[in-house]
Amino acid sequence: MRTRKRIIQTAFALAFGGILIIPTHGWSMDAEDAPESVTIDSLANLYTGVEFNHAMHVEYASCQECHHHTTGGAVVNPNCARCHRNSGEADEVTCTGCHATNRFSETYIRALEAPELYHIDKPGLKGAYHLNCVSCHETTSGPTGCLDCHTMTESGEKMFNTGSHSPAKGQQSGH
Amino acid sequence: MKKTVSRRNLLKGGLAGTAAIAVMKNNETQAAQTFEGYPEGMGVLVDLTRCVGCRSCEAACNKEQGLPEPAKPFDDYSVFDEIKHGQKRRTDETAYTIVNKYDIPELDHPLFRKVQCNHCQEPACLTSCFVNAYTKTPEGAVIYNSKVCVGCRTCMIACPFYIPTFKYSSAFNPRIMKCIFCYDTRLKDGKPPACVEACPQEALTFGRRNDLINMGRQRIRETPGKYVEHIYGETEVGGTAWMYLSSVSFDKVGFDTHVPKEPILNSVKEFLAIVPMVLTIWPGLFAGFHLLATRKEKIKEQEEKEEQV
Ligand code: SF4
Ligand code: SF4
Repeated sequence: MRTRKRIIQTAFALAFGGILIIPTHGWSMDAEDAPESVTIDSLANLYTGVEFNHAMHVEYASCQECHHHTTGGAVVNPNCARCHRNSGEADEVTCTGCHATNRFSETYIRALEAPELYHIDKPGLKGAYHLNCVSCHETTSGPTGCLDCHTMTESGEKMFNTGSHSPAKGQQSGH
Repeated sequence: MKKTVSRRNLLKGGLAGTAAIAVMKNNETQAAQTFEGYPEGMGVLVDLTRCVGCRSCEAACNKEQGLPEPAKPFDDYSVFDEIKHGQKRRTDETAYTIVNKYDIPELDHPLFRKVQCNHCQEPACLTSCFVNAYTKTPEGAVIYNSKVCVGCRTCMIACPFYIPTFKYSSAFNPRIMKCIFCYDTRLKDGKPPACVEACPQEALTFGRRNDLINMGRQRIRETPGKYVEHIYGETEVGGTAWMYLSSVSFDKVGFDTHVPKEPILNSVKEFLAIVPMVLTIWPGLFAGFHLLATRKEKIKEQEEKEEQV
């Protein structure tokens, strides 16, 4: 869908660019282009994944607040604007497209040595989700507890010694 | 370092026990004296503004290190109110890392601070240990060999952060217990420690120590007003592999801001130089006592024999 729209936009621009003033926001994605819902579960293990209601969140935040400079809208963060003021819509707008799941792997860390690299501190995927969601939820009184968004799995209960894996009662006083 | 070494040489000359000199010549001891850390080592940057106190790191550490079952589940947040001997929770032989909560009057939310071994660049525990139980690995971890530990607790006193603790499984088998940066199971294979991997907020960033300092500086520079302009651990006690960013001054979140900029051991080396000497002459003394005692007995025996004759 997006590509087709883009082609039409481009065709229009090419055809009438000379006489029409193309509004800059015409180059950015619209909320209607966005999916209704996104299943976020690629990292799910200790907790179940999250069914993210994208349509509902569009009412709380602008595209840029989560998608940064990739959806073509004007970036708010002055640090991003230094390079991305006019960088337009990116080919990749998904979280996974930029935020790595192997953020602390040897390969990733070695790649950070490139002297010309500005993004030396881009959060990994898990960090990107939680940093963005939780900080906004804090200011908008959204849910912030782990279990407000996730359900703990069996392996989660084992990891946290909770639920069916709670510490044995008799030992609790022994400390 | 040069200066202190020569001061030590002076000391050697001054105390001039031949036994002491024998120990000083020991290669490993020499290495410990001149050790200046591994600038290429790994570290972790802890950002207190990101931590939400979920205790996932504590749970992950417990499982990775095979530590005993906790008294309370790791999703029980009442532990933040626990006070023992007037202090918040500390790391011990059952928990190599713990998270504490700090109410900050000027903030509308608390701050959380994760505590574990800071894996100093020039570790006081290492330099203080006269049986060389500790090693700073090129990867950045400060690990220990519990087999050679004699349980003297010098490292406990030397550590500026009160980290090493002991497990006395038997009176003759003391074991140092502390965070080892998941060296055996992860770090030596280039993997991040379990706590870092578990943290949902990326409050813990694993990387080369030098890169982490640049990241920390970038965060401070590009979000003016968010952080105090200091990376705790960049220079403290000669630098630590685990470093911290905070939005309030570090003393408000339980950090000791009076630790020296110099490695701790520079100031106590004189004392510690004596320890190996005492230990080295100890066998000699002991043998001496033994000889004296047995000689007395022999004399006695001799006398008794003579009397019988
Ligand atoms: S924090 Fe303490 S135990 Fe850890 S390396 Fe430094 S001196 Fe040693
Ligand atoms: S896992 Fe991360 S966010 Fe959670 S308490 Fe530990 S450091 Fe803080």
